[in-house]
Amino acid sequence: MLRTLTLTTAVALGMAAPLAVHAATEIEVTDFAFPFEGPFGSYDQMQLQRGLQIYTEICATCHGLERVAIGTLADAGGPQLPEEQVIQYATDFPINDPDSNPQYYDRDKGDYRTLTPADKFPANHSINAPDLSLMAKARVAWEGPYGTGMNQLFKGPGGAEYIASLMTHYEEAPACAPADFPGYYNKAFPNGGFPEECKDAAGLHTVPGSWIAMPEPLYGDDVTFEPAADSSLEAEAQDVAAFLMWTAEPKMNQRKTAGLTGVIFLTVLSVLLYLTNKRLWAPYKHPAKRED
Amino acid sequence: MGGIPHDHYEPKTGGEKWLASRLPIVGLLYDTLLIPTPKNLNWMWIWGIVLAFTLVMQIVTGIVLVMHYTPHVDMAFASVEHIMRDVNGGYMIRYFHMNGASLFFVAVYAHIFRGLYYGSYKAPREVTWIIGMLMYLIMMGTAFMGYVLPWGQMSFHGTAVITGLFGAIPFVGGSIQTWLLGAGAVGQPALNRFFSLHYLLPFILAGLTIVHIWAFHTTGNNNPTGVEVRRTSKEDAAKDTLPFWPYFVIKDLFALCVILVVFMAIVGFMPNYLGEAVNYVPANPLATPNHIVPEWYFLPFYAILRAFTGDVWVVMFADWISFGIIDAKFFGVLAMFGAIAVMALAPWLDTSSVRSGRYRPMFKVWFALLCVDFVILAWVGSRPAEGIYPYIALIGATYWFAYFLVILPLLGVIEKPLTPPATIEDDFNAHYGKPTGTPAE
Repeated sequence: MLRTLTLTTAVALGMAAPLAVHAATEIEVTDFAFPFEGPFGSYDQMQLQRGLQIYTEICATCHGLERVAIGTLADAGGPQLPEEQVIQYATDFPINDPDSNPQYYDRDKGDYRTLTPADKFPANHSINAPDLSLMAKARVAWEGPYGTGMNQLFKGPGGAEYIASLMTHYEEAPACAPADFPGYYNKAFPNGGFPEECKDAAGLHTVPGSWIAMPEPLYGDDVTFEPAADSSLEAEAQDVAAFLMWTAEPKMNQRKTAGLTGVIFLTVLSVLLYLTNKRLWAPYKHPAKRED
Repeated sequence: MGGIPHDHYEPKTGGEKWLASRLPIVGLLYDTLLIPTPKNLNWMWIWGIVLAFTLVMQIVTGIVLVMHYTPHVDMAFASVEHIMRDVNGGYMIRYFHMNGASLFFVAVYAHIFRGLYYGSYKAPREVTWIIGMLMYLIMMGTAFMGYVLPWGQMSFHGTAVITGLFGAIPFVGGSIQTWLLGAGAVGQPALNRFFSLHYLLPFILAGLTIVHIWAFHTTGNNNPTGVEVRRTSKEDAAKDTLPFWPYFVIKDLFALCVILVVFMAIVGFMPNYLGEAVNYVPANPLATPNHIVPEWYFLPFYAILRAFTGDVWVVMFADWISFGIIDAKFFGVLAMFGAIAVMALAPWLDTSSVRSGRYRPMFKVWFALLCVDFVILAWVGSRPAEGIYPYIALIGATYWFAYFLVILPLLGVIEKPLTPPATIEDDFNAHYGKPTGTPAE
């Protein structure tokens, strides 16, 4: 497993830092290796199923997935659960936040109805926990160097790496912070609270990350996988990040296949057009040869 | 049409004659497709076809997207996700359209800088150039309004910033901004009208494309030497040219195909690389993103907009001389539009008697600097306006104006250009050997 610890910046660093007027938040994101990275990478079905389990048992308590239809769990290129398992999953899925899901209220029954695979995962807005459907595409882990975005060419945008890092980068609050500062210190989180005591004279942050409202959600061995799999904190963090990458981009496998097909087709067509063009122009560009 | 002597279409069969006497459309197509084209055109003359292809691709993918999109503040974001998740092939169509905008601007910048280097804007092609600049402006408007439609965070707050530029106009700015948005703030009326205009403007672009082609088919293409095709006789013209079909059509299609390989790789493997991640968060008027940046293709002009801050002496002078009417914000807006205006005026600012930059030793250096300047401006436009960046932007913006307003007019006077070849045929033969005389090896 590739584990390069990368120091990166959420807003700007490099040249900006010594001169910056506003504080740029530096965050630490680990460049985890995911099976879906690169042009030929694809989702690992078993990893998505493990991630789904973590989402269901832990994240779903507070976070919704309002853009994802439960039935798509059976789709190719996803967790690909068997149909009957998806129906069972939908039936069992609780509506934790009734206020956010009036569409599932059954007036005749006087209660919330049972979900079906045609329904979307319930929303969950009441405690200000962001919806996770698109989170893996809505975050980038690195933009540098100097804001040119070159890093993303080689490492990908890093949305999944960011999520996995957020799960694993909870740490003891630094000594500079007051003991009663609200939230939990996380080295990967850019936009949370930040105590004045941890800024230097120029207003720059002296420690990476910030204080997040969400308590540490994963510790390792939080779920029991069937079949058995690594349930260390890092493994769980990557599994759930991979699952959220799938919820954000469910057609990634198909898209890459289409892209590869297109690239191959157009390359062949380019070669044919190149040869046609060469032959077409030959009498004018190489007139001597024409007379041979 | 066209001043270059060449064979015209002659209807032969009875049916052709019947149609030609009523609607000479076959003749029009024949003359357009077989137009004599300078045979020394290099690979920078392929961008026109890339642009035409991209316009068609954007219209076709756009029409399909509209079938599934809902222009409503509460539903727009969800309808785009519906396209990405539920519509057959929707994820490809949407990514084609989204990255198609970038392809469009890559091609248009290459096309514009080609024109700037080879002097394609100079007489008698000023009208072609002006129409081109108009198309570029419409493209920018279309791209901007298209970016608003997914109704993400950057869509919303970008709209607020860009329409705010019009708000900087003295006295009437506030009213203009309200008129543009259809309300006091960005909301449903703005989304609706941007959707309407985003659908309309591409067809105006298509119309202007025809006028653009008509104009340069009348003057004939420019070419890397800047020397005109000989029009003394059909035979002379034929020595300088080859018909557009098949020689240039096949060449252009080959180039287009190579470009599409790269485009396909971006769409297939990293479709969000050129976009802003925060636009995958639904628009929320109450939460402003940390750092509002436009799409990459606006960055050079965005940098010019922000370069002229209140502490620059030109700005202070303008403020003083206008009794405070031209403040720093309005000056920035004027500078941004001015940067495009000076480019449009290039035909009258360039005083050189030689058309092509190939034969202008001093011009080459200044032009190379302009290209570097453009890239630096784009980069600095993506950075926060703090620290050293505003200074870099100011230097870059100053050079942009200096190039058009000072360097181009002066160079024509002080530069001693080289002598271009007498004919296009000479240039072509210098590259590929003479058609007769040189023995085969």
